[in-house]
Amino acid sequence: MLKLEHFQNFTDVHSDWLWLIVALPLLGAVLNGLLTLLSSRKVLSVKPWVYAAIGCGAAISSFVVSWEMFSQFKQNPNNPWVQELFNWIESGTFHVAFNLELNSLSGVMIVFVTFLASLIHLYSAGYMKGDEGFGRYFSYLNLFLFSMLMLVLAQDLLVLFLGWEGVGFCSYLLIGFWFEDVANAEAGKKAIILNRIGDAGFIAGLLMVFALAGTFNFNDLLGHKQVFTEVTATIICFCFFFGAAGKSAQIPLYVWLPDAMAGPTPVSALIHAATMVTAGVYLVARLHFLYVLAPWASTIIAIIGVLTALFAASIALVQNDIKKILAYSTISQLGYMFLGVGVTSYESGIFHLITHGFFKACLFLAAGSVIHALSGEQDIRKMGGLLKHIPLTSVGFLFGWIAITGIVPTLGGFFSKDEILWKALATPNSIFPFLPQILYFGGLVAAFLTAFYMTRLVILVFFGKYRGEHDVFEHIHESPAIMTWPVFLLGLLSLFIGWIGVPAAIGGADELGKFLDPLFHLSTLESNALSRSLEPTLMAVSWLVACLGVGLAWYAYGIKSAVSKNLAQWLGGLKKVLDGKYFVDEFYQATVVRFAKTIARWVSGWLIEGLLVNRLVELSIQGITRLSGAAKQVQLGFVRVYLVYIAAGAALLIYLLVH
Amino acid sequence: MLEAFVFYILAAALVIFGLLMITRTNPISGAMTMVGAFGALAGLYATLTASFVSIIQILVYAGGIMVLVIFVIMLLNMHPDDLEPMKARPFWVVVALLAVSTTILAPILCCVLPNKDFTWAALMPGFGTLTAVGEKIFSDFIFPFEVLSLILLTAVIGALIMAKRKL
Amino acid sequence: MDFLTPITPNHYLALSAILFAIGIAGVVTRKNVFLTLMSLELMLNAVNLSFVTFAKVRGDMTGHVFVLFVVSIAAAEACVGLAIVIALFRLKETVNLDMFKSLKD
Repeated sequence: MLKLEHFQNFTDVHSDWLWLIVALPLLGAVLNGLLTLLSSRKVLSVKPWVYAAIGCGAAISSFVVSWEMFSQFKQNPNNPWVQELFNWIESGTFHVAFNLELNSLSGVMIVFVTFLASLIHLYSAGYMKGDEGFGRYFSYLNLFLFSMLMLVLAQDLLVLFLGWEGVGFCSYLLIGFWFEDVANAEAGKKAIILNRIGDAGFIAGLLMVFALAGTFNFNDLLGHKQVFTEVTATIICFCFFFGAAGKSAQIPLYVWLPDAMAGPTPVSALIHAATMVTAGVYLVARLHFLYVLAPWASTIIAIIGVLTALFAASIALVQNDIKKILAYSTISQLGYMFLGVGVTSYESGIFHLITHGFFKACLFLAAGSVIHALSGEQDIRKMGGLLKHIPLTSVGFLFGWIAITGIVPTLGGFFSKDEILWKALATPNSIFPFLPQILYFGGLVAAFLTAFYMTRLVILVFFGKYRGEHDVFEHIHESPAIMTWPVFLLGLLSLFIGWIGVPAAIGGADELGKFLDPLFHLSTLESNALSRSLEPTLMAVSWLVACLGVGLAWYAYGIKSAVSKNLAQWLGGLKKVLDGKYFVDEFYQATVVRFAKTIARWVSGWLIEGLLVNRLVELSIQGITRLSGAAKQVQLGFVRVYLVYIAAGAALLIYLLVH
Repeated sequence: MLEAFVFYILAAALVIFGLLMITRTNPISGAMTMVGAFGALAGLYATLTASFVSIIQILVYAGGIMVLVIFVIMLLNMHPDDLEPMKARPFWVVVALLAVSTTILAPILCCVLPNKDFTWAALMPGFGTLTAVGEKIFSDFIFPFEVLSLILLTAVIGALIMAKRKL
Repeated sequence: MDFLTPITPNHYLALSAILFAIGIAGVVTRKNVFLTLMSLELMLNAVNLSFVTFAKVRGDMTGHVFVLFVVSIAAAEACVGLAIVIALFRLKETVNLDMFKSLKD
């Protein structure tokens, strides 16, 4: 039996084992990939449980190592552990070392990521049962985990970029997992293309960093931050934020995330709730020392964050697909996180990242169970009263609902959301003095909307009368244990996860905040002293707003369902806009996509095919024909000419012999 | 002095006859000039104390081969009009001569010859006579001599077969 | 006139080379097959001349013997060549070399 004590002996030279965290999922991915390949070529016959065992085993073992390392690290959090793996690039004075760094931020992240990933792997074993691509799925999932961990543990922007690209690529593979249906493949394409557009910004940022500082290493950059002026820092930060906007689905690059619901639900839970989309927030947090030099960039991030939060929440109000509602909810909550890091309160952003990861994963997995129970139905208008029939899943979902709305004080995301709002109000902005109030108000409205649409969802799905098809109802069943227990566990944890950051204002220890504070201390703007005392008041306000949202939704959908129909009519034209998701997709299609397609057609048609292929081939053919025509003259059949050749040849021979 | 004189006359004759030959339209004229060239050549052989060779030149070459050629020309009975398209174009003749002179002649005349000093050797008394030739043939070159007779035989048979109306 | 008086072997050799050149020019230029054959004979004779010259230079009769052989072979060759001309004439009614283009690809 492998006991933790055995492990402790191994980790005496503790940082030497950091590579395990990254290597275990990679090993799982490779192994699963190989087995899938072999079984598809009928060389081996692999039972599905083998794939699941390898996949889950890799994730769980990675979690165990992370947990162990993190607990050891916690004792001395101000000394980051660095493991130098190998020298990746050495070119003159340019030197990139492939190193893994475990500091307070990355430590928290790896535990969070691996824990969620392990639970989701277990859930997937049940969800994907019977699917043809079972082995492929687990291979991709492990690969994704590997990329994400590499991203988190990177000590270097370039290594981070490797993981960044890796997660983008894996999301493409997993979104388009059931690619036989073209729509799914299209969704995968959309995801990776928009990610790529963001990556252009990332690369621009990389190049500028290199041009100014000559290095990509975070520690070196921190030491050399004087090379960045305000203007250059602003541009760089904005570029990186563009990349983060692509990855974390902010305006204007969010349109891939709703479409990404085409993938399997556990994928949505892992990638689009808990891990990949948080990479953007992580990046901004990691580059905190740059953002502190660029108030404009931070301000823009905060504004975009709150706008996205409002925007997505408004769309979620009228969505009818359970997964799409959760998708827009994710975008909205990510907006919150960016609001947090935008006002340089990196701890609150990361705090909300963690709580959100837990409750959103719980919600997605529970939604997956619901869909599974209803044999594939995803439209909430065709659901209802499921609490009686699938109690365990429903309770798990309800736990997640409590967490996201913050309806019960101290539970779920209550503290994290509140901290963001408070910091948004309390941090003065040097550029727009009135901005904090606007941000706070916007966040409050978004909280209201969140409470409203989530409650709408819960009521329409779990309460009231069943409105769906009869034969679906006949087959309604609770999911197998391997699916329900992760949901329930996540639900419970999401309720209490908020307790790692109980704010000091109401007497809490704020463990997370204190843990992360040394890292972010210099980059966090000092908050208004007056507002600090207001914190309990603000907490009460946000709780009231949540209650308002829940209550209104309960009234509109639960008690008097006719009210909801009136509401729809009253909203009228606005509803059309919301239904059409503000027509953003259509706008992009008409402008950017059409432009890109025209250029692509021009290049491939006129330029490449017309010019290069056709003209070039024609010219070379003509050239060769002419050449051969000229060469043909040698052999015309005239005997005299042959005599000339003989004479000339003989002369040449003699000449050579003589000399 | 006389020697030089004779040489130059004969050499000039030879060259002139040669040039004439390659520019003739009528093959009979060509053959005639050829005979004249052979005559001059025979004279040159005489100056080189190759008495037997010069006689053979007249007998065999001029008297045998050229007669054969003339016979065949007459056999084919060409009309003057047929000869028209086969005229020697002066332009090409000049071009050919120039080409040959520059590539073959010029190197030989300018570079090779001046560097070699050949001198006439002291000759044994019967040099160039039939006796001396006979001695040489029947001692060192007996085998090629026999083979030569076979070659001639083959040539005769081959010519017969080639020229037959029906095989 | 005095530099011309001693007739060295080089004179003969030069003459032989000139004759040879004329022969080549004739072979290459002429369309009439007879004249081609006769130019060929001219070339052979040029070579004979140089053989005889060298025989005198070395005092060796071998040169003369060679000339004899060359003459014999020339005779045989002329014989066969003319027979071919007759055969060709029977085929094409012409002795113009340019008419025999069947070798053209």
